[in-house]
Amino acid sequence: MHIPDGYLGPLTYGTMYAAALPFWAAASWKLNRTLKAKQAPFLAIGAAFSFVIMMFNIPIIGGTTGHATGATLIAILIGPWAALIAVSVALIIQAILFGDGGITAIGANCFNMAVAGVFVGYAMYRMIAGDAAVTSRRRWIAAAVAAYVSLNVSALITAVQLGLQPILERAPDGQPLYSPFPLSIAVPTMALEHLLLFGFVEAAVTALVIKYFQKNDPEMLS
Amino acid sequence: MRNEQRQSTGMSTVRKLWIGIGILALLSPLGVIVPKWFGAEGAWGEWGLDEIEKITGFVPAGMKRLAERWKAPLPDYAVPGQGRGLAGESLGYVLTGIIGVAFAGGAMYILAKLLARRKKSD
Repeated sequence: MHIPDGYLGPLTYGTMYAAALPFWAAASWKLNRTLKAKQAPFLAIGAAFSFVIMMFNIPIIGGTTGHATGATLIAILIGPWAALIAVSVALIIQAILFGDGGITAIGANCFNMAVAGVFVGYAMYRMIAGDAAVTSRRRWIAAAVAAYVSLNVSALITAVQLGLQPILERAPDGQPLYSPFPLSIAVPTMALEHLLLFGFVEAAVTALVIKYFQKNDPEMLS
Repeated sequence: MRNEQRQSTGMSTVRKLWIGIGILALLSPLGVIVPKWFGAEGAWGEWGLDEIEKITGFVPAGMKRLAERWKAPLPDYAVPGQGRGLAGESLGYVLTGIIGVAFAGGAMYILAKLLARRKKSD
């Protein structure tokens, strides 16, 4: 789901930087007021976890690969604003050091996986979990469903951005200048692979870690 | 975040979580080995210029211009001299996994400390 350099034209990557920026600013403003120095290690662990979990590429037999992002899990554990920054930091390190995701696409990738991933996941979790007890079954099921939906929303909006390129950015002769695949290919392909497999991987990772905390350290969930 | 009174257990939780992340970093080669077993290529829509040319028969002009602008120091989670084949790739993956965890964790830690310090009293 990491859009490389060259897939999005300036119109789209500029817009996506502009879309991510207010969320980074709001998160900084919020954390500036609420974050305590002793919570820093938990944010660091969140960023490190997001980085490393994205290395676990899961194959579709004979097809493509995908991975979990940890966005919903991290949002549940450290709150959505801190999670937004932690996942963004992981994505920026991936782009700069390892060329995984483009530099021009940092705004898009952070909006898709960090902003949308975190807020969709967190909102769904709060909605489904309600005021159920921290150690209840409803909590981990809420986390799993939220994680599944969150990753699928991230994938869908990524696919839409890619699929818009042949419409938005063409040479005078009609040739696509950036990602050449139309919406009718990008959206069904990315949506299906996440609906059928990668969403369940995200849900399983999230539910397992939430269950671990329910059993061993329920304070982390309160 | 919502755990203000956890001084007594806080240290051990942090240490346990870092150990978990260390284990994940060491297991990360599964992220290249398992896809190979199942004959899967990379992610959809993340192809390099060569692969794009194979798939579509041409490289879009704008893509060509932007794709090579940034040269990542450790492209594709590989380290220089990691050796050939799956063993080499796995070695590169573990090392870049550790480097990435250190950079992501370190950058986030410094940023979090800065955000916590510059506290305004409204």
